[in-house]
Amino acid sequence: MPIEAYGPTQRRGETFSYLPPMTPERLRHQIAYIIRSGWNPAIEHTEPEKFASNFWYLWKLPLFGEQSVDKVMAELDECHRTNPGHHVRLLGYDNYMQSQGTSFIVHGGAR
Amino acid sequence: MAQSNGSGSYQAGVKNYADNYWTPDYVPLDTDLLAVFKVVPQPGVPREEAAAAVAAESSTGTWTTVWTDLLTDIEYYKGRCYRIEAIPGDSGAFFAFVAYPMDLFEEGSVVNVLTSLVGNVFGFKAVRSLRLEDLRFPLAYVKTCGGPPNGIQVERDRLGKYGRPLMGCTIKPKLGLSAKNYGRAVYECLRGGLDFTKDDENINSQPFMRWNHRFEFVMEAVHKATAETGERKGHYLNCTAPTPEEMYKRAEFAKELGAPIIMLDFFTAGFCANTGLANWCRENNMLLHIHRAMHAVVDRNPMHGIHFRVLVKCLRLSGGDHLHSGTVVGKLEGDREATIGWIDLMREAFVPENRRRGIFFDQDWSSMPGVFPVASGGIHVWHMPALVAIFGDDSCLQFGGGTLGHPWGNAPGAHANRVAVEACVEARNQGRDVEREGKEILTEAARHSPELAVALDTWKEIKFEFETVDKIEGAVA
Repeated sequence: MPIEAYGPTQRRGETFSYLPPMTPERLRHQIAYIIRSGWNPAIEHTEPEKFASNFWYLWKLPLFGEQSVDKVMAELDECHRTNPGHHVRLLGYDNYMQSQGTSFIVHGGAR
Repeated sequence: MAQSNGSGSYQAGVKNYADNYWTPDYVPLDTDLLAVFKVVPQPGVPREEAAAAVAAESSTGTWTTVWTDLLTDIEYYKGRCYRIEAIPGDSGAFFAFVAYPMDLFEEGSVVNVLTSLVGNVFGFKAVRSLRLEDLRFPLAYVKTCGGPPNGIQVERDRLGKYGRPLMGCTIKPKLGLSAKNYGRAVYECLRGGLDFTKDDENINSQPFMRWNHRFEFVMEAVHKATAETGERKGHYLNCTAPTPEEMYKRAEFAKELGAPIIMLDFFTAGFCANTGLANWCRENNMLLHIHRAMHAVVDRNPMHGIHFRVLVKCLRLSGGDHLHSGTVVGKLEGDREATIGWIDLMREAFVPENRRRGIFFDQDWSSMPGVFPVASGGIHVWHMPALVAIFGDDSCLQFGGGTLGHPWGNAPGAHANRVAVEACVEARNQGRDVEREGKEILTEAARHSPELAVALDTWKEIKFEFETVDKIEGAVA
């Protein structure tokens, strides 16, 4: 295959940002994984220009102990509707590791 | 024969080591430092005598009785061999378990522990060969050591990277590039999607590229790629130097340039340098990447030397945020169970005895931060499913040739690796068996990424399947 030029660098959004944008079906799998791992789902959003900060706006409170994929999907939708144009990301708080088990952009993204 | 001085309490001369240092009834204390050695005695030396000699020579003993023994509480300070264990299938060698009272060692000094445990005793005539297989550091001693300057959790928070392995690449050729050309290679990798690039272990400050020139060009590349991608990037700036003073000078300059991470070759630099630089990193909010060059000289021979898991424990105590671990699947030595054993020792808070993985003792690390295992050497996109399965998220996967050797260049090579790792992580999270379905997962992902398609086509399904030299014996206790 002839060499293909690699274009100008694109903005990215960490985990899964090199895969095609999330579809609802793929997203449901990842929410189920967060729940199965015993982590607490949480939602954050930001204006694109404030992307680089560690601290995006926390949507409500982390969904402590939430076991329903549907409910997490509904919160993501509501956050997205309320804040059009914002990046929205889903994370899983791991209280044993005192860290985040995962975190990835669901809406908007940095691209 | 020993000579009595009349009182019956001091007898000059040579005594059997076993008289004092073989104590099969001893029950080790929680505060004892425990060691297990693989011993091959010289012909004619009984096992108990050889084992006791190892205990004695690595603690209080010397070849003859001395009167000053009576000025101290030898019973308290001596190391004791408390167990001897046969090795199935090897009649020449056996395991000797030795307990050392913690007060034999300076607090927070891996240097001192090693000088005692693997000092003169390794040249001792009564043993033909000797290998330190494992150590149990008592928790009380662990708490005197600084450990990783940051640890896995802090590093993730600082970099804002969660739920996937970190991705790196060692810049090649190992030697000979100019600083600006080197910076170019770094920039291409980082803008293509890698988190880190790395100096090779033998890149220090050679005539073709002085360290300060390299640091400047590399950091321009790091800052530019960070700004463009919006992801936090780094390059392991190797601060290994001929003297400690020079090492700290390089570390200071890295900090001045805004570098998030520096690097040390801990084994050639030594534990004194390593512990010092780890302390510097802790004080300066700097991540520390550790390369293990020279380790195979001491850990590869199954009959003599120090097992790598011991070096891992020592490094975690001495301090480092990343440590090369072997890949299982790449070009370097290390079988799967044994590797999982020592990557547990890098990352977990408590690691139970597990002979199948070569772990002889429970090891409690308490709150000591964990170290990222670094899988590096001869790996490429086809290895990704196995790497994700073996190492999990808390690891750093480093593709040198597997990035730079991409037919379209470094950025597409980096991009291919990033797509591959994210596809494997996503599939794993979906509950798929990534190792068994690896081919489908990668092929599927390549439909959206010509970079990955070309990488898969370039490397095919290469495997390195030489027998490992060092196998775990006595796996069933």
